Amino acid sequence: MPKREGWEVSVAIGEVVKLADTDIVAAYPITPQTHIVEHLAELVADGELDAEFIPVESEHSAMSACLGSAAIGARTFTATAGQGLELMHEVLYVASSMRFPIVMVVANRALSAPLSVWGDHSDAMAVRDTGWIQIFVENGQEAIDNVVCAFRIAEDKRVLLPVMVHVDGFHLSHMIEPLVLPNKDEVNSFLPPNKFPLPLNPDKPVTMGDFAPPVLYTEAKWAQEVNLRASKEVILECWNEFGSVFKRYYSPVETYRVDDARVLFLTMGSFSETATVAIDELRSAGKSVGLIKLRLWRPFPFKEFRKAVKDADVLIVLDRALSFGGPGGPVCSEIKAALYNESKKPKVVSFVGGLGGRDITKSGFEEIYQRGIEIAEKGSDQEYEMFGVRE
Amino acid sequence: MAKSEGEMTWRDLEIGCVVTDPGSASQYITGAWKSQRPTYDFKKCIKCGLCALFCPEGCIGQNEEGYFEADLNYCKGCGICPMECPTRVITMVEEEE
Repeated sequence: MPKREGWEVSVAIGEVVKLADTDIVAAYPITPQTHIVEHLAELVADGELDAEFIPVESEHSAMSACLGSAAIGARTFTATAGQGLELMHEVLYVASSMRFPIVMVVANRALSAPLSVWGDHSDAMAVRDTGWIQIFVENGQEAIDNVVCAFRIAEDKRVLLPVMVHVDGFHLSHMIEPLVLPNKDEVNSFLPPNKFPLPLNPDKPVTMGDFAPPVLYTEAKWAQEVNLRASKEVILECWNEFGSVFKRYYSPVETYRVDDARVLFLTMGSFSETATVAIDELRSAGKSVGLIKLRLWRPFPFKEFRKAVKDADVLIVLDRALSFGGPGGPVCSEIKAALYNESKKPKVVSFVGGLGGRDITKSGFEEIYQRGIEIAEKGSDQEYEMFGVRE
Repeated sequence: MAKSEGEMTWRDLEIGCVVTDPGSASQYITGAWKSQRPTYDFKKCIKCGLCALFCPEGCIGQNEEGYFEADLNYCKGCGICPMECPTRVITMVEEEE
């Protein structure tokens, strides 16, 4: 067994960014991402990481500096959260459409107002359509493993897209967990050098970020879409190889005790951990229930998802974000869209909860289970149910 | 660029739509948008070049006789050159269909 050591997850993320020989970090500190970039700033200042740390004046500038960094072919990392991710918003589209392999950790945080530094997925859902590869993780080990994978996926010449690793704010970012950190040699052999194919180079001048008239814009967007969809194969390949080297395996849709389950939960991020404990208790009480954990959010793993849920009667989706005045949970809305034309599909029940750092405990999941079955049997006049709200 | 823009498929685009052909912006005939164009009475022209200095498009140069004249492929018809010309050489006229 490799040695497990106690690490704060944020600090461990900084460590693997160091092990990946990152060239440039451009970041602005914001809770709950702060410890990640503080640690990287320390590593650079102490000479442990030979990188340029660019302390920018805003997140808009952070992502803009990352564009320049990626454009010269430098290995590029940043991290943000909540309002910071929103301030980056327009630049996120530029990163993906210019095909820059930037890796960003998002310590997911609720959006103002009222001001909340605590975690939910509102920030992630607001950047859903930015064209980034997006991975959700449920614990610290998954966070650091997927940061290593993110560099390899992003920089693969068949991909060349930015990757976001979503790490729940506080619930993960500030947790101290027993983690297995890879060593330098392992990371070096897993992560080939970044070879951006058309970097800024005075000897071979190119124009980046030019305009496209109406006659070309559609082709440009389709090229991006084809590429993002095709990245799934490379992501699978990367996770498989990671598994064969590090013996920890990842897949786009993960399952827990789903064999013959009539009822399935679907969660993303750290709440999946609590859900597994609740599933164990419900199973002990004789309930036929299992858990689907959606790891790969973009590109959406339609095939794997449909296969995982097709035999269930009820699928209870828990969102940690709200689409106001719309379908409620943004994840559930996509789940419903993915299943609508399927001939064999479960009834889908939507819950929104865990907003602004509110916990959903084991007994909370058990309540959601009871209520979910009730709604599936009797129906509801609501699009979704807000779990735990005081009426 | 071997193919014209209208013939290019998504597969023909460079990664991230990078332009590898320097100076290719001149292929866009941006002057097609204008609603007015400059006309000249060169008899009055003293070849001072003020019009060229003030042109926001940088599209005014000297013709074979040395008179300053806009390249209508890039002139947007903004009307600044007749305002600046000290000898009233230039008159804007409506662009016809």
